[in-house]
Amino acid sequence: MAVNAAGRNIPNNIPGYGDVLPFRGYTKRLPKGNRVGKKNRATFNTRTDKTLPNLKAAIKASGLQSGMTISFHHHLRNGDYVVNMVLDACYELGIKELVVFPTALFGVHKHLTKHIQKGVIKQIQGSVNGPIGQLASEGGMELPVVLRSHGGRPRAVMSGDVHIDVAFVAAPTADRYGNLTGAHGESACGSLGYAHTDADFAECVVAVTDNLVNYPALDIQIPQTQVDYVVEVDKIGDPSGIVSGTTRVTRDPMRLLIARYAARLIEASPYFKEGISFQTGAGGISLATAAYVREAMRERNIKGSFGLGGITSFFVDMLEEGLFEQILDVQSFDLAAVESISRNAKHVEISADWYANPWNAGCVVNMLDTVVLGATEVDRKFNANVNTEADGALLHGIGGHQDTASGAKLTIITTPLLRGRIPSVVDSVYTVTTPGEVVDAVVTEFGVAINPNRKDLIEAAKSDPEIPLVSIDDLVEKAEKLTGSMTPVEVEDRIIGVVEYRDGSVIDVVRQLKKK
Amino acid sequence: MRLRRTKLYLPGNNPNMLLRGYLFKPDGVILDLEDAVSMSEKDAARILVREVLKQGEFGECEVTVRINGMDTAFWRKDIETVVPCGIDGIRVPKVESPKDMQILDEALSEIEEKAGIPVGKTLIFCLLETALGIWRAYDIATSSPRIAGICPGGEDLRADLKTDRSETGEELVGPRRIVVLAAHAAKVDALDTVYADVTDDEGLKRETQWIKQLGYQGKSVIHPNQIPIIHAVFAPTQKEIEQAKKIVAAAREAAKKGLGAVSVDGRMVDKPVVKRAEYTLQRAGLLEGGE
Repeated sequence: MAVNAAGRNIPNNIPGYGDVLPFRGYTKRLPKGNRVGKKNRATFNTRTDKTLPNLKAAIKASGLQSGMTISFHHHLRNGDYVVNMVLDACYELGIKELVVFPTALFGVHKHLTKHIQKGVIKQIQGSVNGPIGQLASEGGMELPVVLRSHGGRPRAVMSGDVHIDVAFVAAPTADRYGNLTGAHGESACGSLGYAHTDADFAECVVAVTDNLVNYPALDIQIPQTQVDYVVEVDKIGDPSGIVSGTTRVTRDPMRLLIARYAARLIEASPYFKEGISFQTGAGGISLATAAYVREAMRERNIKGSFGLGGITSFFVDMLEEGLFEQILDVQSFDLAAVESISRNAKHVEISADWYANPWNAGCVVNMLDTVVLGATEVDRKFNANVNTEADGALLHGIGGHQDTASGAKLTIITTPLLRGRIPSVVDSVYTVTTPGEVVDAVVTEFGVAINPNRKDLIEAAKSDPEIPLVSIDDLVEKAEKLTGSMTPVEVEDRIIGVVEYRDGSVIDVVRQLKKK
Repeated sequence: MRLRRTKLYLPGNNPNMLLRGYLFKPDGVILDLEDAVSMSEKDAARILVREVLKQGEFGECEVTVRINGMDTAFWRKDIETVVPCGIDGIRVPKVESPKDMQILDEALSEIEEKAGIPVGKTLIFCLLETALGIWRAYDIATSSPRIAGICPGGEDLRADLKTDRSETGEELVGPRRIVVLAAHAAKVDALDTVYADVTDDEGLKRETQWIKQLGYQGKSVIHPNQIPIIHAVFAPTQKEIEQAKKIVAAAREAAKKGLGAVSVDGRMVDKPVVKRAEYTLQRAGLLEGGE
């Protein structure tokens, strides 16, 4: 056992994961050696059609065998059919003990439970949203789930921590020679940002599409040079689960209040000036913060350089209004974003590597001025937890949380102080996802706490009397006063989840819940 | 003069809102034991409101509790529970009779005395929600020195007037004019009823501009998002602020020198004008709340 820089006691070796490199600080671990790569291959004019009649044929052609690693992207979100479809086919082909390496799983993938129980899936390395997380937390998986951030994942692939045997790339549009795009088709999802590293590094790449078009496809995102096989299926997903309609700003007064404080903090910071870059999530508070910042940009005649991240109609409107020079889009959340990426040259698709990988010659998050994030909990040391809920169950992925927090000059975490009766600013978070050293401020409806290391920011915030400055301890005490202290989560020793930092060190682990 | 531009209703059975209402910075909060709480939850809400009051965190807000009407079995228990917590006032629904206010005044004095609270501290705000209540507005407003404001009703009043809601609110024009007149005659605040459509920001703004022009000091609100809209309407213009600053400065200077009369720009200024200037600065957030 060793205590890492986040103060967590982590074993030196975790069964099913291997040796542990303890987290030592956000810039401490540096790469050694070269990147890995897939085997060379040659394709001549004797092969001009990569389509195969069905998924099983493609699985056979890919050489997939029991015990191998398969990957997926999550651009189809909760509308995705492909992950379930591929694992059903693997099951029918008698392939077992697979390591599933998705960029994320959603509620719709509850279907995988049966494949976990039947031994088709041995391990999941990727975020497990919802039911699969609950299953893992209760001890329903043989090997621990390994969680990586959006930047940590391509790093793991490129450095050889994870070798993808077969990448199944859901493609809203593909041609017969394997050019893929998410910009068009019934199941359009916009950016295919998360799929790029897999397409580049997997030993074999199988595209799965429901819109096979004549060569060459329009607005190619993943090129033919990376794709080995193409399979046409009826539907790759349910459009209503893939993208939402127009994203609207909340009218919930508490969320608006928190958002207003966050926006005031951004405005008071030294980064609120010409050329500001900005990322928010699509959640209620984040989007409302963006709405207030947008107001302020108009009022003070400030033009931003780029908007980053998961992109919504809101950012598209800002781009079109001239409030941003460009949008860098790793994931498109709604119809307007999907539509914009295929039409507007200033709306640029970027890969997860480009977005957030710490081990390349420079990712976009390093250029980010401000990011507004959420969390299920933050603590006195500004550590943030986005993985586990108050009951200790592993229910969320890391997303870009660690990456944007470490890159941005101003990282703001917004959260209601209480969710129902559960406090979200606590003495010590149950799971450390993002270390406090890269979190600059916690904004709640009861006040704004700035990391004491950011004396400059504290001074800047004092210039605006509308920002209710408090200490993080004040918030912890306020929450405790309102709710009383929580009963600690009861867990077994067995580790069911490993939370990697973006550099591949281990920042925390999640243990199996005790049976109630 | 206390600012009463916005008074936010907080359902007495909703701990979330009870604990957080003040964060939206209304001038006052109304912890509601009446309409927001169903018959079966009256006891529970009373206890909850008491506990929230004991906590005592309401920022700068004037804290009032809307009790159940004096025609119900609950009102006495309501005041016995909440008044000892040291609230600023109570809001009484469906007031029709000056006599009831005297009974309430006496009951409050008794409770205050027992609780060691200065007798007379707890103010009364009367909701006039029937034709009879409106008709007797002045008599009600002058029935006890505790009475600090009167407020015309909305839906209940419409029902009593045997009419319904129109787009222009024509049906409440008369009652609103009567209440504002009675309030100023009695030297209490005229406080307007809620604007029910919480998604219609423009409509709220129009109505607030109108009641401000009539002479109302503020409005009750049922949604926090309405607060900044109303405050913006009540915010004085830059010109008004500059003039008020001059008057208040001159009055202070005169007081320092022991002079009774105040002169601004060569013109004498009397006391009510100074008071109004102070009120203007208060609304602009440039002067701390007065008495």
